[in-house]
Order: sequence, then C-alpha cells, then structure tokens
Amino acid sequence: MGAQLRVYRQKIRTAQTTKKITRAMELISASRIQKAQARMAASAPYARAVTRAVSAVATYSNVDHVLTTERENPTRAAVVVFSSDRGLAGAFSSQAIREANELRTRLEDEGKEVVNYLIGRKAVQYFAFRRRAAAKEWTGNTDQPEFSTAKDIADTLVEAFIAGGEGGEGVDEIHIVYNRFVNLVSQVPEIVRVLPLEVVDGVEEPGDAEILPLYEFEPEVDQVLDGLLPVYIESRIFNAMLQSAASEHAARQKAMKSASDNADKLILDYQRLANNARQAEITQQISEIVGGADALSSAK
Amino acid sequence: MAELTVSVVAADREVWSGVAKQIVARTTEGEIGILPGHEPLLGILGAGEVRITPTEGAVVTARAEDGFLSVENNTVTIVAGAAELL
Repeated sequence: MGAQLRVYRQKIRTAQTTKKITRAMELISASRIQKAQARMAASAPYARAVTRAVSAVATYSNVDHVLTTERENPTRAAVVVFSSDRGLAGAFSSQAIREANELRTRLEDEGKEVVNYLIGRKAVQYFAFRRRAAAKEWTGNTDQPEFSTAKDIADTLVEAFIAGGEGGEGVDEIHIVYNRFVNLVSQVPEIVRVLPLEVVDGVEEPGDAEILPLYEFEPEVDQVLDGLLPVYIESRIFNAMLQSAASEHAARQKAMKSASDNADKLILDYQRLANNARQAEITQQISEIVGGADALSSAK
Repeated sequence: MAELTVSVVAADREVWSGVAKQIVARTTEGEIGILPGHEPLLGILGAGEVRITPTEGAVVTARAEDGFLSVENNTVTIVAGAAELL
C-alpha cells in the first residue's frame, strides 16, 4: 500500500475515534440536561418562597439590619465565580471568568479590593496559573450540585460579610457571577449582587387599594432577619449552582455536537483524498504494467 | 369556612401542598397554631415537627429544620433547607 494512502487511512481512523468520544459526551450531556432542568424546576418553589418572605420583610419593616443596609465606605468586595470542573464545554467557563474579570476591574476602579471565591476546577486552574489568590475554593460536583455545598458556601460568605471589610478579613459586598440558563441554545453570563440586598426581583407589589399587611414577627424582627437572610443567600447560591449546572450541560452538548459534526466532515474529506490516492496508485500500477508489456513486445 | 393554602418546601423540592384547616408548628419561641384568618406572620422555625390538618384526610406530619414559616392572606408557606414528611 502506498505511503500516502496509509497516512490518509490513519487520519480517518483518528477522526473516527474522536467522533466516538464526542458523540458519547454529547449524548450524556443531552440526558443529564433533562435532569438538571428538572432540578431547577423543583427548587423553584423554595426560591420563590424565600424571595417572597425576604421582600416582605424588606418592604414592610423599616428596621436597619446589617444585611440590608449598605456600608458607608465599602473597601472589600467578594466575587463568587461559578465555573465547571471539566472542560470541553465550549465557552462555558471562560465566559463566566471573563465576566468576573470585568467585574473585578469595575470594582477596583471604585476603589474596592476584590476577594475571590471560586467554584469549579476551571476557575481554580485559571487563578492558580495567574498566581492570583482566592479566599476559598470548592471543586467537584459542579454538574450535579448539592444543597450542602450551597450551604457551606453561603455560611462562608455570610460570615465574611458580617466580619466586614474594615479589618481586612471580611467583605462589604458579595457579587456572584454565573451562567444563567436561558434555554438549550443560550446561556448568558450574569452578575448579581446578593449582599447588601438589592430590591429583589419577583416582589409582589401590593395594589393601591390594598392595605399593607402588618407582619407579626416571631421572635423579633432582628432575629427573623438574622435567620432569614442566610437562608436567602443559600437559596440564591443554590439557584446559581443549579443554573450553572444546567448551562454547563447545555454548553457541553452544543460543543460536542459541533465537534462530532466537524469529525464527520474531516472523515469525509480524508475519505475523498484516500480514494484519490488509491486511484492514483492503481493508475500508476496499470501504466507500469502496460509500459513493461510494451517494452517486452517491442524487444522481440 | 375559609381555608389555608399550605405548601411545605425544601431546598430541592416541594414536599407537600394542599388546603388545610389547621397548622401547628414550632417556632423558636414555642408552638404556634394557625387557623384560617390568621394575621400575617413571619417566624423562624425551631427544630421540631409541623402538623397539618388537611380539610380532608388524616393529619400530615412533617419534619422541618432550619427554616421559617410565613402566613399571609390565608397562604401558609413552610420553608426549610431540609424537610420531609414523617
């Protein structure tokens, strides 16, 4: 067999093997995305209930609480980046990291020191490679997040927030950066400031005619806020993790689909070239035989 | 008689929802009973059980930890990081 032909055949085999892998990853993501979406839907009632309660307190009570009031001179801001553990998901992780970098520039322009909290191995690698410090890292299970992790993250953040930025230990603001799952083809990186509380989305505005319900708090307003706001942060973090997981699967499915399609195209191209080479080889052999026969017959 | 619309939600799912006549929960201050027409309330749940008497059927008992309870306009929401029916 001609050398040329052998090279082409080898390239075809390589593309075929790659395609098997990418196809398998595509199918796995396609099946997991359903589950991720179902989990997102299942956690919606919780997020809604927590949001409603928090907005109720924020709207109907005018207590000054450490978690709702903005600090006068914020000096340190926490940025929580949600990335993935594994690559091969298109721009998924880099998208979130890029957004985080923009946020960092903006915060530093405002004169705040940025404290990084990283979720997912990709963000950790990115920061480690650039020798940037991170306050805390969580890796593993980004594609199937668990509530206990969200709780751990939230506890760390709330603790840092309560400590405050003045001592150079805690933070005055908390921002999260994650990929919001819009639909299967679109995932948008999004920045949300979770603390101090901004006016929460989905607040049910009381109608003009309605009298504002006067909430009874048990035990006291302060204590209710103390208990409620960590729960709220947990739910925001958990929601971000779930969205991020669903986005990761969607991004991976898309990336792997185009990789499989590319492999198909490569195989086709190399197949054509290989056919060409084979044909050329045959033609050459025939002309050699004919030439040889001619030479023999004319020599007689 | 008015009824209470109740939902018990955990972080990852809705545990129970339906209409009820009465709810007994335990807040950090102690047990509290809620009947239709209760004033708006927001309380922190202590460790313990939540007993719901549905309009039909037997009493539902749920364990809810680390959460809160909100009552507003005959809608009761029991929210807990971890909640399960007993």
